[in-house]
Amino acid sequence: MELWRITYFTVLTAAGATVLMLPPGLLLAWLLARREFRIRVVLDTIVSLPLVMPPVATGLILLLLCSPRSAIGRLLEAAGLEIVFTWKAVVLAMTVMGLPLFVRTARAGIEQVDRRYEAVAATLGATPLRVFFTITLPLAFPAVLAGAVLGFARALGEFGATIMIAGSIPGVTRTLAVAIYSYTETGRDREAALIVGVSASIAFAALWLSNRLAARVATPTRKERASGTPAGLHG
Amino acid sequence: MILLDFTLHQGAFTLDVHERLESRVTALFGHSGAGKTTVLDSIAGLRTPSSGTIAVGERVLFASDRRVNVPVYERHVGYVTQDVALFPHMNTRHNVLYGRRRGERLALESVAAMLEIDALLDRRVSQLSGGERQRVALARALMSAPEVLLLDEPLAAVDLELRRRILPYLERVRDELGVPIIYVTHDRAEVHAFADHVIRLDRGRVVASGLASETLESLIPNP
Repeated sequence: MELWRITYFTVLTAAGATVLMLPPGLLLAWLLARREFRIRVVLDTIVSLPLVMPPVATGLILLLLCSPRSAIGRLLEAAGLEIVFTWKAVVLAMTVMGLPLFVRTARAGIEQVDRRYEAVAATLGATPLRVFFTITLPLAFPAVLAGAVLGFARALGEFGATIMIAGSIPGVTRTLAVAIYSYTETGRDREAALIVGVSASIAFAALWLSNRLAARVATPTRKERASGTPAGLHG
Repeated sequence: MILLDFTLHQGAFTLDVHERLESRVTALFGHSGAGKTTVLDSIAGLRTPSSGTIAVGERVLFASDRRVNVPVYERHVGYVTQDVALFPHMNTRHNVLYGRRRGERLALESVAAMLEIDALLDRRVSQLSGGERQRVALARALMSAPEVLLLDEPLAAVDLELRRRILPYLERVRDELGVPIIYVTHDRAEVHAFADHVIRLDRGRVVASGLASETLESLIPNP
């Protein structure tokens, strides 16, 4: 059935986009939260740009970048990577559009982590990389998870950039959001309404799951604060 | 031997220390804001002096004229900060083992026995009392086999009764491990009980320095 194929395709590409967001997203979130460098403000702005630009504009930029006439496009062509109007374009559009939400949320979480823990870990011999993975990331985990869910949800609903760079090719690049538009355009209103229901259910499930996960991950920082710091005071 | 010969500017505050420490336990004594914690942070590498030299034993940790600035994680300092800062997402055992250096002589069992935290190892950090936290933080610092132990007011936040109970553990560390200790306090009684050498800081400057046993009274006028 077409509906299930579209749903499956959308969830899969959105999940792929979310996975792709993580490495650059965590690096950016950490850089913006923890490092002072000259182009920080510029980087911060560029990362957030897709949030404030019309998605269609972002899509056009991506399209131009990936077209065989651009330098990047020629590189991609030489590498045998065809992106425009394929499923890869869908994933690319979703990743770029979801990244700002992930970075902003994860960054806020990292900023909340008390630097004392990172400093103490460093005195105990932990390299910056180990500090990040054993201290910063676990303590910021609820926010990182929330950011990933937001990024995933944004990817699920991505329309403007996707339609520009991937189009709405049935069975190739058609996602739920794009399908709602295409169906409505061609008078298939009932099917469009059905897809709206499916989209809402997936979004609901994702948010519910992330809330459950966040609640299960103990947030001892808060607990510890509630029991009164400095820690030595009670005993 | 620990060489502290550096200047650190921070806004309007200037810290100026020129000391060579040969004692087992050196107390940094002074009012809050005198720069005591900044001295420890500089040794640990958490703050960078404007100029000068910091060395522990043969190892130069910082030397502005030679452009040496060893990163924090290679300095081998055991630092127990004032707020203890046990990692809240790990249990006691994982805290203690976090900085364990492989191939070092210290075994978890001996450190845990010395500080009497054996029974606490599987507890969550949030279940520990104040005195227990101090000992766990001390054990964590010791397990990293430090070449110098920095203690920032380890007894400041605990009441008198608890102080009496923790001090013996600090004395054990001092006597059994032979790691030089730099100890921040603003308590005269602690200087008396624990330190060999005392440095008095006032607004970033060393105003007095000498053997604790001989010169404490002359160094530190009664308040």
